[in-house]
Amino acid sequence: MAKEFRRGKMVPVPSHSIVPERDVNRLPVLECQHLGIDFGGLTAVDEFNLTIGRTEIAGLIGPNGAGKTTVFNLLTKVYQPTRGTILLNGKDTHSMTTSQVNQNGIARTFQNIRLFSNLTVEENVKVGLHNQIRYPMWDGLLRLPRFWKQEKLAHESALELLSIFGMQDLASHEAGSLPYGAQRRLEIVRALATNPSLLLLDEPAAGMNPSETADLMENIVRIRDTFQIAVMLIEHDMNLVMNICEGICVLNFGRIIAKGTPEDIQANPAVIEAYLGKQKEA
Amino acid sequence: MVFFSYVISGISLGSVYAIIALGYTMVYGIAKMLNFAHGDVIMVGGYISFCAISYLSLPPLVAVLLAMAVCTVLGVVIEGLAYRPLRQAGSLAVLITAIGVSYFLQNAAQLIWGVTPKIYTSVASFPLPEGLSSLGLTSEALVTIVSCIVIMLALTAFVNRTKMGKAMRACSEDKGAAQLMGINVNQAISMTFAIGSALAAIAGVLLCSSYTTLFPTTGSMPGIKAFTAAVFGGIGSIPGAFVGGLLLGIIESMAKAYISTDLANAIVFAVLIVVLLVKPTGLLGRYVPEKV
Repeated sequence: MAKEFRRGKMVPVPSHSIVPERDVNRLPVLECQHLGIDFGGLTAVDEFNLTIGRTEIAGLIGPNGAGKTTVFNLLTKVYQPTRGTILLNGKDTHSMTTSQVNQNGIARTFQNIRLFSNLTVEENVKVGLHNQIRYPMWDGLLRLPRFWKQEKLAHESALELLSIFGMQDLASHEAGSLPYGAQRRLEIVRALATNPSLLLLDEPAAGMNPSETADLMENIVRIRDTFQIAVMLIEHDMNLVMNICEGICVLNFGRIIAKGTPEDIQANPAVIEAYLGKQKEA
Repeated sequence: MVFFSYVISGISLGSVYAIIALGYTMVYGIAKMLNFAHGDVIMVGGYISFCAISYLSLPPLVAVLLAMAVCTVLGVVIEGLAYRPLRQAGSLAVLITAIGVSYFLQNAAQLIWGVTPKIYTSVASFPLPEGLSSLGLTSEALVTIVSCIVIMLALTAFVNRTKMGKAMRACSEDKGAAQLMGINVNQAISMTFAIGSALAAIAGVLLCSSYTTLFPTTGSMPGIKAFTAAVFGGIGSIPGAFVGGLLLGIIESMAKAYISTDLANAIVFAVLIVVLLVKPTGLLGRYVPEKV
């Protein structure tokens, strides 16, 4: 089945797509076609079709256990899809490894923070910069000029990225010693350091208070505007999702039950049913 | 004076342990596996340098470089053929494979070079000034200690400062997250094996230079001692391997000198047990809480 959609074949954006108008005639950053995965006999995700525009902020919502994080794991090739195709910037990711998917443009954060907690804040960002820094190993071992030049460059870009969240003063702190909110922000910075075209945020506002969430919303929009990238986020905070997402996709039992703008989603009876249960017949 | 010479021989022995222990600890830190074939890579390094000097009459330095090159390739090949296919398997499967590789290397060496011990001519033999040699310092001990310090400094700088070093540390903490940050984990693990095996070759040359005999199981005992040193210092920690190796060498040397040659190994392991009872993570190891 996957073979039908091999390698860079452009598929016209379907009419039911939620890509914002400004991205309509541009190559979408991500296209999923009939994506699905089975674990043993259990179908965790099925018929997942989604197109994300170049600079779109997309939301992926759904009740617990709906398969949202599984979708992220499929997109980043942590799991190999059982069915369907993922086109990343028009390229089929079928034969890519997780690290190659990252090099081709997907970066992500994690539901449970997964920083390198014994490394400093700056080193965490530099791990993200790994593929942007280029010098052969010998230069590093022998401390040749190219090593110093590249490492200086890496230091500067790390600080610049940290300044997005005003974290440049924390650069030399151990990542594990940061407060929770700062760790969440550092994860986003580290993901941005890999120079993605699509940033996946897995519950970025989890555990944040309302004012921190408000800051985060502002920052997500600012990141999109500054880097001109697409953002896809999983979030339970409906205030955040309805305010910043341009397109929303609702997942329940591994299937998309609704797609549309925040207004469409709020009015959609299937969504209300999934979240609140069926209304009793009067 | 006699005491001082025991200290020096202890430090020299400990330096060899430390160089070997670095290989154990780096591989454990990044691949989370015990590479029990590491000791036998030392033996291969010894034989390669022996052949290069005795049969090919190459200068000692070239022989050492050749041994390092062969062992680096050997380490990467062992990892690629024996351990990589088991990356997703349980740690016991990899452990048993490592023991298998260890026997394979010993038996291969027996087939190629025979069981008769080879007499190894020291590659680090040169006259020392009167003042130094009267302290009981030999040229081999001096070269061993200096190499250990240089290796330690270079490795620390590599791991802390270069991008490959950072990638390796990131892999040691969380392979999954490192992969998602675009790091090729297989490459980082290969690199670790390459570095560890090159160090094993150096250790092999230094060990054979001090003890002058070479046979297919030359690497076993130093390998186990170095593994002990790595655990003693805190496995996964590079400074830990260094400290653990040196202390182990000194304790062994002192035990041999003042208590009993026969009991030396028992004393070494007794000290290890006491240290681990008091500090289960080793001297410089970190406590990593298991997430529930």
